[in-house]
Formats: sequence, C-alpha cells, structure tokens
Amino acid sequence: MTDAERLALIRDVLGGIAPEAADAEIAGDADLRETLDLDSMDFMNVVIGLHERTGVDIPEADYSELFTLDGAMAYLAAKGA
Amino acid sequence: MRDFKMPALGADMEAGLLAEWLVKPGDKVKSGDIVCVVETQKGAIEVEIFENGVIEELVVQPGEEVPVGATLARLDGEAAKEEGAAPAPKRPSLPKWPPPPLPAKAAPPAPRHPPAPAAAAPPAGGRAAVSPAARRRATELGLDPETLTGTGIDGSVTLADVEAAAREPGEKRPAEAPAAEAPPAKPARKGFDPAEMRKAIAAAMQRSKREIPHYYLGQTIDFAAATEWLAATNATKPPPERLMPAALLLKATALAIAEVPALNGHYEDGAFRPGSGINIGWIVALRGGGLVAPAIRDADKQGVRDLMAALRDLVQRARTGGLRASELGSGTVTVTSLGERGADSVIGVIYPPQVAIVGFGRIAVRPWVVDGAVVARPLAEASLAADHRVCDGHLGGLLLAAIDRHLQQPGKL
Repeated sequence: MTDAERLALIRDVLGGIAPEAADAEIAGDADLRETLDLDSMDFMNVVIGLHERTGVDIPEADYSELFTLDGAMAYLAAKGA
Repeated sequence: MRDFKMPALGADMEAGLLAEWLVKPGDKVKSGDIVCVVETQKGAIEVEIFENGVIEELVVQPGEEVPVGATLARLDGEAAKEEGAAPAPKRPSLPKWPPPPLPAKAAPPAPRHPPAPAAAAPPAGGRAAVSPAARRRATELGLDPETLTGTGIDGSVTLADVEAAAREPGEKRPAEAPAAEAPPAKPARKGFDPAEMRKAIAAAMQRSKREIPHYYLGQTIDFAAATEWLAATNATKPPPERLMPAALLLKATALAIAEVPALNGHYEDGAFRPGSGINIGWIVALRGGGLVAPAIRDADKQGVRDLMAALRDLVQRARTGGLRASELGSGTVTVTSLGERGADSVIGVIYPPQVAIVGFGRIAVRPWVVDGAVVARPLAEASLAADHRVCDGHLGGLLLAAIDRHLQQPGKL
C-alpha cells in the first residue's frame, strides 16, 4: 500500500464514524480524538475498522500510536499494511 | 379487535409522527415484530408490537402526528397478550397536548417501501441504518437513503455513501423534476432535528428538577484490578472482541442494583413501583448534540461480552437512527459513563419516572493510599443521584459500595 492509499483508507474509516472527517482538514500531527471529538467507543471503532480493512492486529498497548494521522500511517506501514 | 397504540418512548414524549408502516392490513404479526417507524424528538424509532394477531386496519397514515396512546392500528387474533413485554403506554395522552391538527390533506399514503429483501438488509431491524448526516444530505439530493449500499460500521449508510451515489447517474436517482412539480414529500420523515431533541431533554430534566428531591453521593473506586484484568483478557483477542471498561461498569452496576432493588423502578402517581427486571438505560451522546438513553434489558443476567456487544450495537443504532421503541421506554435505572476523554466526575439528573442515576467519570491514574503508602493507581469517581421520596442516603451508599466490591473482582463479572 502506498502512503496515499493508507491515508485514504484511514480517512475512510474515520469518515464512517465521524461523517465530517470525510472532507475536513486534519493536520498530520493533530490528535484525532480532539479534532473529531471521538469518544472511547468511537476510537475503538476506528481500531476495529483499521483492523478489518488491513488485517493488522493492533494490540491495545499500541493504541496511542494511532492518535494522529501521521502516527497511524507510520504504524500501518511498519506493520506491512 | 385490539388497538395498537402510539407508545411512550420515555417520559418526555408527548406525540410522535408516524413515518412508515412496515405492515399492511391482512399481515400476520407476532410479538416482537417491528411494525412501523415513528419520528420523535429523538429521531426515527422502530416500533415493535407485543401481541400476536392479524392487522385489520391502519388507522394512522404516514405523515400524521398523533399523541401518545392514540390508536395507530387495529388488529384481530386470538393470541393472548404477552405479559410484561410491552412498554405499556400507561400514561394517558397528556391533557395539555392540543388535539393534533391533522395535517391538511395529510400526505397521500406514502408509497409503501416493499419490505427490503431480507438478505440485503444489514441489521436485524430489516432497514438499513442511515446516519443523520447522510439522511439530511440524501434528502437534499432527492435520494432515498434506504436504497443505498452502506459501507459504514455494520453496513450503515454514511455521508460518503450518499455522495458516492449522487455522483453515479444510476437509476436510484429520480428523474430530475422541476422543483414545482416534485411530488409531495415522499418520505414522511422529518429527520433528526437537534432543536427538537433539545426541547425533549429540557422537558424531561425540568420535570426531574421540579418534582424529584435528589440526594447525591460520591465514591472513589480503585480501578486497578479491573484495568489489569481488561489488559490481560484483551491481549489475546482481536479488536472486535475486546472489552472496554464500560462493560465492567455496566455489569457491576447491574449486580449492585440487584442487591438494592429500592433504586430500580419507577415513581409514579405518588408511589414507587419496583422494576420487573434490571433494565439499564445507558446514556449515549449523539454527535452534534443531544443524547438518548436506550435500555439494556436484564443487564444483571448477561455476561460482560454480551454486554459489550450490546453497548456497541446500541451506540451505533443511537447514532444512525435505528433504536427500537422497547429500548426507549423500558429503562428502570440509568448509567452515565463519560469515557476516557470525559471529566473526572459526573453527578446525573434522574430521568423520570426512574429514581436513580449512577455516574462514572473518566478513569485516570491518581494518587491513592494502599497499605499506608501513596501509590499511583487508576481510579474512577462513581456517583449516585437518587430520589429521596423512595429512600435515603444510607441505602444509596450501599449501592456504591456494592459497585466498588464487584469491580474488585472483575473476573467474576
């Protein structure tokens, strides 16, 4: 997967949970939970969405690496997705 | 001949707009079937019937708004009413509600959607879940969101799906007709309206603050055992099967309520009526404002994994407009949990006619004393607001102590 594809996938998953994410400007280092007002359940659905779309397991200890767009892209790339 | 009536979906509801019938005269129905969709201040709600029989007549047509308790349909049949199941619209229609002016020439009977092919319908309800934003956009574009393919969580139709459908010149798009000739609003739905929901919340909370003499208690709960247990159990599971602290808070509260039944039930007409089961209303905040408190039935008898699945399902349906009538009128006690980004503590306002609400603040690492030494520990601030007409603080304290006790043994929840 290319960086662009990873970004599109992440934004798509976010858009399924926070509809305004689809076309919002999101800085790469912004905390997605703040920017998109994601609560615990929303964030869990982000993890589940990324897991289902990429097959990456994403253990709980790694959740904090997914708090930003940059972090999530780097994480998925490192896991071979 | 029996009447199927507009149910009361919570104490704050006075009237509802019948949006859609999912049955027609002659159809056989059995208890638990979803027979219509009602638009309320809380959005579109699927209404079940709790009798067996045959639909004889649809009294109210799509587009009509009628008060709680008004007859929606008549049915015939021999089967006896199932006891205990119905969210009985006990409260007669409120006198202050003026006789509903029938919308002049009420919308012509909406074209009945053929029941969605069962195979294609994602959730059990049989209708595609549609997010409020998607529904709004679809209405603007003249699309029927129910016919679109959803790619959101659990197959719900999202804003992106609507935009995608609008771009493809498929047959789903009705022929562009001059606005003037557009057929009178086809769907009777008015869609989720945040201002209407604010009014509903205001009415319920004003009644609560006016009528209920609240008392309040708080207790700090050591969440270390629960945190460790969650980490251990989740380490071996893929993301969809992992538990969140909310599932433990819910189960611990349900078990504690079972020990203090005086806090479980409704206070109406000057008397307390105990709940027939422990149905926990779980407060779900909606994106863009507003909240609903659908009930999880018999929460004390369900395992934490089932409760977690129930919570995910409820939150999803609360946000996409697929809640069922039986979930909105049947809570016997409420829990509000702020989640990991919330404030440190919350003291709730009782949802009438219930008599208690339990609150949980964010679980955060704070100083705590263990064996005479200060240590860093994940802690949760639990609170109780309860009705003084029913009990005193001593009893409420027993409830919080029981919640604490159950959370110290997470493996047994």
